[in-house]
Amino acid sequence: MTTPEPHAGNVWPIWEVFVRSSRGLSHVHAGSLHAPDAAMALRNARDLYTRRNEGVSIWVVPADAIASSDPDSKGSFFESPQGKDYRHATYYTKSEGVKHL
Amino acid sequence: MSTPQTATQTNDAHDGGHGDISVGLSGAGASGDGAASATRITPGNALRPEDIALAVSRGTAKPSADVAELALRLGDDALILAQRLGHWISRAPELEEDIALGNIALDQLGHARSFLSYAGGLDGRSEDDLAYFRREPEFRSVQIFEQPNGDFAHTIARQFVVSYYQFELYRRLAQSTDATLAGIAAKAVKEVDYHRDHSAQWVLRLALGTDESRQRMIHAFKTVWPYVDELFRDDELTGRLSETAAAPQPSSLRADFDRLTGEILAEAELQVPNVQPAPGGGRRGLHSEHLGYILAEMQVLAREYPGASW
Repeated sequence: MTTPEPHAGNVWPIWEVFVRSSRGLSHVHAGSLHAPDAAMALRNARDLYTRRNEGVSIWVVPADAIASSDPDSKGSFFESPQGKDYRHATYYTKSEGVKHL
Repeated sequence: MSTPQTATQTNDAHDGGHGDISVGLSGAGASGDGAASATRITPGNALRPEDIALAVSRGTAKPSADVAELALRLGDDALILAQRLGHWISRAPELEEDIALGNIALDQLGHARSFLSYAGGLDGRSEDDLAYFRREPEFRSVQIFEQPNGDFAHTIARQFVVSYYQFELYRRLAQSTDATLAGIAAKAVKEVDYHRDHSAQWVLRLALGTDESRQRMIHAFKTVWPYVDELFRDDELTGRLSETAAAPQPSSLRADFDRLTGEILAEAELQVPNVQPAPGGGRRGLHSEHLGYILAEMQVLAREYPGASW
């Protein structure tokens, strides 16, 4: 086999796990795991990432469904906003007489 | 002692000198910003074996002789199952399943510790005395719990049967007139509910998976099912306990067990195996050939080095 399939044979696919620690907060990435399907991925996530009362809700997402930014294009992606302080509210002086700003 | 009281007893229990969990109520993250970590750690409040041991030692919880015998039976069931399931650690088909079975084993060990701590309240024996220093004929577990792990399908078949049995039992026991039994059962039933789900998911996947997995699942149920009958046998003790509403008659659990397991088996396109029941006798200390080996492995350290700790 020269070009192995990512999920070939008996290897379960990888799922990314997001856990919400309490109501009102957002789900936060907690880690990843293997599972044969979404239902089992949720259960494995429960066993792996909420053993110590960490969560009230879990999302699982197939890892290959996630598109991620390219680490090599860090410059063009994330460094361009640097120095553009006019994108921040604090750049501007408050007009006279404006309350509660 | 009833369940609502236990929240306030949690801190008292630290006096007892029992193995404390490493994270206290004020442990890392408990009072911190929940948004800071996806893995915030709080132990939460629930009835713990240490709470029961403390209540027993202070004399605030004392079982009757009949209740103590029942607690011994149920504690032994859970203890032997925990020992069996613990064997899967590092041996399951995948790391994640390894942890799932380990989790279930630890839940069962927790139930065993609670029941045995309470049972020991009759004559002052500790959970360790009961777990490590009784001989095979003194164990009161039903024989299905000591049946070998076999392949993964066998373990799932055994787990499927016992979790549906334990769920029906604990659900009723949570209404017991004995407050400690009711408290232990009320906590355990939530955990066993998850065990039901775990095993049902696997029964469906194995039975409806490949030809190989289906054959193994069918064979596993055929091997395990003779031991089902013993779970639901009444005797003099259960008769007396049901008269005082301390515990249900095992036979009264059977209809719900048959209905709920039947639904999953039907969905999995499996038949209830048509097999003769095994003679049983675990409640009277009569065990299959497997229990002695389990006890040898489980007890050897405590017997070789009494009082050992690490």
